[in-house]
Amino acid sequence: MRRPTVSEMPDERDDIAGAGEPAAAAIEMRGVVKRFGAITAVDGLDLEVARGVCFGLLGPNGAGKSTTMRMLTAQALPDAGHIRVLGYELPRESKQSRLEMGVVPQLDNLDVELTCRQILTVFARLYRVPRAQREQAVTRALEIANLAPRADTIVKELSGGMRRRLLVARGLIHSPRLVLLDEPTVGLDPQIRQELWSLIDSLRAQGVTVLMSTHYIEEAERLADTVAVMSAGKIIAQGTPAQLVAAHAGEQVLEVYGPPERLAQVSELAGGNGWSSRRSGPAVAILRAETLDGQAPEGVRRPANLEDAFVALTGEEIE
Amino acid sequence: MEGRALQTQAQGGGQAAAVSGSRRRVGRLEPAALAGVMSRDVSIFGRYWKSTTFSSIVQPTIYLLAFGLGLGTLIKTVNHLTYVQYVATGVVATAVLFSSAFPGMFNTFIRWQFQRTYDAMLAAPVDVEELITAEMLWISLRAGAYGLAPLLVGFAFGLSPEAGMLLVAPVGFVTGFGFAGFGVTVAAVAKTIDNFNYITSAVLTPLFLVAGTFFPISRFPAGVRAVVQVNPLYHCVQLVRDCSLGRLGTPDLVHAGVLLAFAVLMWRLAIWSLGKRLID
Repeated sequence: MRRPTVSEMPDERDDIAGAGEPAAAAIEMRGVVKRFGAITAVDGLDLEVARGVCFGLLGPNGAGKSTTMRMLTAQALPDAGHIRVLGYELPRESKQSRLEMGVVPQLDNLDVELTCRQILTVFARLYRVPRAQREQAVTRALEIANLAPRADTIVKELSGGMRRRLLVARGLIHSPRLVLLDEPTVGLDPQIRQELWSLIDSLRAQGVTVLMSTHYIEEAERLADTVAVMSAGKIIAQGTPAQLVAAHAGEQVLEVYGPPERLAQVSELAGGNGWSSRRSGPAVAILRAETLDGQAPEGVRRPANLEDAFVALTGEEIE
Repeated sequence: MEGRALQTQAQGGGQAAAVSGSRRRVGRLEPAALAGVMSRDVSIFGRYWKSTTFSSIVQPTIYLLAFGLGLGTLIKTVNHLTYVQYVATGVVATAVLFSSAFPGMFNTFIRWQFQRTYDAMLAAPVDVEELITAEMLWISLRAGAYGLAPLLVGFAFGLSPEAGMLLVAPVGFVTGFGFAGFGVTVAAVAKTIDNFNYITSAVLTPLFLVAGTFFPISRFPAGVRAVVQVNPLYHCVQLVRDCSLGRLGTPDLVHAGVLLAFAVLMWRLAIWSLGKRLID
């Protein structure tokens, strides 16, 4: 078909960044649509991820995040729109872009019959790590995942946290300059989540571009330089976490506690005055409390956070 | 190019991740990708070679014992061959069929649906075509090697070694490649793993029984004989027998041609049918 040749090129990213477009974003998606039968999973998505940032794709389950991720590896093909990854046009040049990026899937797809070392070695080959550097790459990945003492343990015998770390290490085996993380910490206990967060943070510190999908607000808030809120297959807001909070939830939130009748009353009051409010567990939260005049009910004021902005944007409660 | 219109604010720009190795270009059906996928199969085989080898030796032994010693006492010769010669060479095709169609079906389905291994590999620089080709190559290399087992067992039953037997491995390889592709195709269209029962009983069993393995097809009515001509396993049996008994001739070109055509057809069919399912 095309380019059967293998030409080694100097290791100078600045000059040869993605197909000769040094200024290009790491990921560009324009007007991307993906349908599954009658369901439109991704509905005219525009997304741009600059190089070197940690970008959080935040949305509730079913927002189309995983489908978006699969389209970036050309494991799902869009029905409309354009996608470029590292300057390569998808799906035509997707194999080239996959060579230069790492992927950590949401679902554990490790080979349970193999050892950590065997899995990493297979993927070092798949990512074309030269033979002479393969062993070193595997050792490095085992260290990243903190699995060196378990190198020769078969996956079946690893704990859930270890498996997840191995999954991450597998995606980093070739030191990619772009990493896709699909819900990296879903279902993990808090301690392991913290470990993964520091790992992701260190990637960004090394200048690796990270696109991470998550439905954990805290995860996006802590790690992402830029957050895009995704709902029903579209990006509905984008900015730094602070920008999103300021734009969609204001500075302060007033939380009013009370019995159900009182809460109903407060909701009604808020609705009547055009205040943005939501039920938040045992309380009603009124956004932009700093703009309320004397009519404000009694309650507790706290700084607005990304969750407030998220709920205001999507109308959906998530974790 | 539309993408170029999207000018960006590229913060942090290209100084990213200088840790990465040198860049190279990837093409289609790359040996490196095939080797990568197959290296996984080799690692898995390292865990299971004992049981696989055991069954590949024991199975033909049982066939030879049952048919050779059992039926062999009633039948002295078939088409001028001793019954051991006839069965030992015929069972090669059975061994090839079983060691290619079953892995094609089960391994594919399990790795694709249950273990999601294929999802993981396709996120790496491996195309569907490379993935399936590599899996089929590995299965057929194994089938070619294990296809020799019945001959080795046959030696113990009085079959005499023959130089042409070395050709049995490549014949087994080509046949195995076709049946591996058949298995992959079945896996791609099966709704559940239980559906394989239909294929095993209604397709594979008649294929291996009516291929001239245990008895010649010349006794069948003309209609059935015509149908048998399209059974790739029949051509495998004939070719293996002619190689093993040093009597290769012009008809063997036809047998080889049919097997090659079957292999190529199944290869493309497997890639097409599973490719549709692997990529949304």
